[in-house]
Amino acid sequence: MRVSVDLDLCQGHAMCELEAPEVFEVPRKGKARVLDPRPPETLRDRVEAAVRYCPTQAILLKPKE
Amino acid sequence: MTQPRLVSGGPDHLEELRADPIGLMRRVREECGAVGEFRLAGRPVVLLSGAEANEFFFRAPDEELDQAGAYPFMTPIFGEGVVFDATPEQRREALHNQALKGSYLKGHAATIAAEVDRMVAGWESEGEIDLLDWFAELTIYTSSACLIGRRFREQLDRRFAELYHDLERGTDAIAYVDPYADIDSFRRRDAARVQLVGLVEEIMATRTAPAREDRDLLDVLMSLGRFSADQITGMFISMMFAGHHTTSGTAAWTLIELLRHPEIMRAVVAELDELYADGSEVSFQALREIPLLESAVKEALRLHPPLILLLRVARSEQRVLGHRIPEGTMVGCSLAVSNRIAEDFPDPDAFDPSRYAKPREEDLLHRWTWVPFGAGRHRCVGANFAMIQLKAIFSVLLRDWEFALAQDPASYRDDHSKMVVQLARPCRVTYRRRRPCG
Repeated sequence: MRVSVDLDLCQGHAMCELEAPEVFEVPRKGKARVLDPRPPETLRDRVEAAVRYCPTQAILLKPKE
Repeated sequence: MTQPRLVSGGPDHLEELRADPIGLMRRVREECGAVGEFRLAGRPVVLLSGAEANEFFFRAPDEELDQAGAYPFMTPIFGEGVVFDATPEQRREALHNQALKGSYLKGHAATIAAEVDRMVAGWESEGEIDLLDWFAELTIYTSSACLIGRRFREQLDRRFAELYHDLERGTDAIAYVDPYADIDSFRRRDAARVQLVGLVEEIMATRTAPAREDRDLLDVLMSLGRFSADQITGMFISMMFAGHHTTSGTAAWTLIELLRHPEIMRAVVAELDELYADGSEVSFQALREIPLLESAVKEALRLHPPLILLLRVARSEQRVLGHRIPEGTMVGCSLAVSNRIAEDFPDPDAFDPSRYAKPREEDLLHRWTWVPFGAGRHRCVGANFAMIQLKAIFSVLLRDWEFALAQDPASYRDDHSKMVVQLARPCRVTYRRRRPCG
């Protein structure tokens, strides 16, 4: 899977960091940064939770092309 | 570049907005398409609907489409300098509400379940409730307990809910002419706010500095010594506002729609019975998926969105779908119309929770038109909290009680005479304690 963040939409609520700290980092007063744009399948549940709980729906998850 | 077309029924549409806002907004889409215009107290409002126009609206930064000045009816309620009067920067800061962070949600689910238990503790084995009264009171207790703190909630009673209701009723669109016009609902609004400040003052007078771990938000604000009772009340009113009438109305509409569709109600009750058969806690399950119940809530939200019209003011000239929007124009996005676009939501007026099951997932597929929580930058920050709250409420209610409509199923409707939409009365249902199965 490939993970990206739409920085237009991200408002830095940091829910993604809470759900999948291995994949996302959100500095105080900043926007989300993707630490691992191609995370292993073992993290899929956490990444999907980050997608679901993002208040602004800013995280995109694509299957590996 | 063309000007958006003006909808029929003018020259001004303030009166129609106060009588039948959804009819007006539907006609804008029918006559003018995705970008149309109506007049609000002499000011043009460019009204958008549909995926492409909505995406423009929801993606725009505050520097282009600003909330300041768009909701003049809120200023007398919150007080000067709170929320929509603040700068975009201050607003962004305030939105990072600690109480909505994921790590607190489990505690909130337990708090909410306990509040429902307390409300039904006074019920006889059968009886009747007014949905507007009942859910409005419940959500005053849940939102104050979760967002401000248990100590504060323990010092509230029905009076707070009644005064809060008067604030919500004080949102007549006449505010676009004059937010302080001499009309009954505004006089009641201002009197209610004064009394709420009085209640908070009374509560403040009882407070002595508690142990650090017992402090709630009121203790923290008082310890800073910078804020008056009026300012603190304004902050509490604004913190509770977004989650109050919205959650209360959605709970009521979910129950009404489930009672209108007994086969779906049976399936939801069976889902909950199975989930709680092992004696698990509401605070545990409400944080997890409850697919049929969630779908029913989503469908209630799509058909009866608590906010029907979002507004902004264009801070610079904007262009959308070949139309020019001059600086200073108000721009609206109609949630109630977008949620029922037939191309995106087949059989759009039908209550059909199965549209959210895989593989249809119409809420995810149409993220710019399935918009009961808005979308984009300003999407409701409390959406997860709201869903957990609704799951907790129905987990408790449907476990022990069964309900029935107490009036003609078609007679339940929303009152659109104010900008804050509420259920119209009468809106009564009966309840009866469930008997053990078999």
